[in-house]
Amino acid sequence: MSAAAAGTSKAAHGDVAPKKRRGPGALAYLVIYNVVMTAGWLVIAVGLVRAYLARGSYHGLYYSIEKPLKFFQTGAMLEILHCAVGIVPSSVVLTGFQVMSRVFLTWAVTHSVREVQSEDSVLLFVTAWTVTEIIRYSFYTFSLLNHLPFLIKWARYTFFFVLYPMGVTGELLTIYAALPYVQKTGLYSVTLPNKYNFSFDYHSFLILVMISYIPLFPQLYFHMIRQRKKVLGHIEDYSKVE
Amino acid sequence: MKHYEVEILDAKTKDKLCFLDKVEPNATIGEIKSMFHKSHPQWYPARQSIRLDPKGKSLKDEDVLQHLPVGTTATFYFRDLGAQISWVTVFLTEYTGPLVIYLMFYFRVPFIYAPKYDFTTSKHWVVHLACMCHSFHYMKRLLETLFVHRFSHGTMPLRNIFKNCTYYWGFAAWMAYYINHPLYTPPSEFYGEQQIRLALIIFLFCQIGNFSIHIALRNLRPPGSKTRKIPYPTKNPFTWIFLLVSCPNYTYELGSWLGFTVMTQCLPVAFFTMVGFIQMTVWAKGKHRSYLKEFRDYPPLRSPILPFVL
Repeated sequence: MSAAAAGTSKAAHGDVAPKKRRGPGALAYLVIYNVVMTAGWLVIAVGLVRAYLARGSYHGLYYSIEKPLKFFQTGAMLEILHCAVGIVPSSVVLTGFQVMSRVFLTWAVTHSVREVQSEDSVLLFVTAWTVTEIIRYSFYTFSLLNHLPFLIKWARYTFFFVLYPMGVTGELLTIYAALPYVQKTGLYSVTLPNKYNFSFDYHSFLILVMISYIPLFPQLYFHMIRQRKKVLGHIEDYSKVE
Repeated sequence: MKHYEVEILDAKTKDKLCFLDKVEPNATIGEIKSMFHKSHPQWYPARQSIRLDPKGKSLKDEDVLQHLPVGTTATFYFRDLGAQISWVTVFLTEYTGPLVIYLMFYFRVPFIYAPKYDFTTSKHWVVHLACMCHSFHYMKRLLETLFVHRFSHGTMPLRNIFKNCTYYWGFAAWMAYYINHPLYTPPSEFYGEQQIRLALIIFLFCQIGNFSIHIALRNLRPPGSKTRKIPYPTKNPFTWIFLLVSCPNYTYELGSWLGFTVMTQCLPVAFFTMVGFIQMTVWAKGKHRSYLKEFRDYPPLRSPILPFVL
């Protein structure tokens, strides 16, 4: 869900080449931020490829990029701050939701449940995230510098067709794989009685999270499709000139 | 007497929706809305937003035609606010839910807890006290809705009732589940009784305070009117908090729920208190800002919800 969804916050505001209420300092900071993030996800991409070539199999590639993945995905939480402060014209709530769902999968599922780390589903969503983020951050970088190559714009609004379902599948399969271990160990769960009169069943919570993909995924997916029509719509106009 | 002509256009499409001729100069927007309703029966006045500018603010029902910046042919823009529901209906529904739901958990109606506990009662006296406090609170709210509050708006969008009821009913069920649970742990042996007693005093104090503020606000406004005045402390000591705070009704409400949290020592209650506090702070800040905008002489010492702090 987070795969292409991470792109919708900016997309929702029509990807205005950001100028408005932002000083040159903020602009410089954002350029640096987006360049660093692009570089970070490139490092992850390269790490995946090298590990695959070295081992000769898709299995267990998570371990080769575990640290940069955690670092850069967690670092994306800064984007919530950017919205809150106003240097990025997106909704704090929407961005927060998108970033936190990624962080949740990274830490509360993949990191916390060791047994799923060798699952292929992890590779599936990590790959989807990596490709999405490299395109997304370079898109922002170029937009900020007012030199957006059409290829990047096209890639951002086209790759999601595949990357989004791919990422969602990987995420759901990973959560599903984690369920038995969570139930067995009672991970992050609290039972009654206790002096705060509270209980929490992480296993049930994960199931609820999976169910929530059902209403949320189509909404986000169709939103991206609509954004694509708006942003790339004019290419069809060219082809109509006969 | 010179009559006006009024044309009403759709704010988005600019289509001409309605043309009214021979409109009295002293006609109000409310009356114009009724006339518009006649030609478009699906848009009852409560769901009409009439403005001078397609993107502008809604005009008030009390605004008089001849006092508006329009020529003798006035052009207004219409936006459909969507299906509306009265505030009274929403309040009654959203408050009756918690009252009933909590009692279902209190009486341990079947299918909530294990069957051996069906229709049993808790052995902890604080559980009975909590039920009385919770029920009292919502009964007070229902009675205030019926007899005390004077609403400035008649209606709100229909979708709000689903949102609001989910919030109130959901939280009530969540809190009630734990407080009335067979495995509920009351405040500890040693100072537990004092904790509960103190919490009860705070709760009652704040309930009286909240009610006093509601009465004071009601008395600011003559029946059937929508006037706004600065509230001031009255003879009732519970209203003296107006010296320091713009929305003491919210302050007291927070106090009541803090009391209930301490009384029940239940984390879900603490969450409910916190979420309510955040929402009330947003409302209080908005109200405080409108007071400052509307009244030049607004007392500077006042804070929105927490004296000197917030």
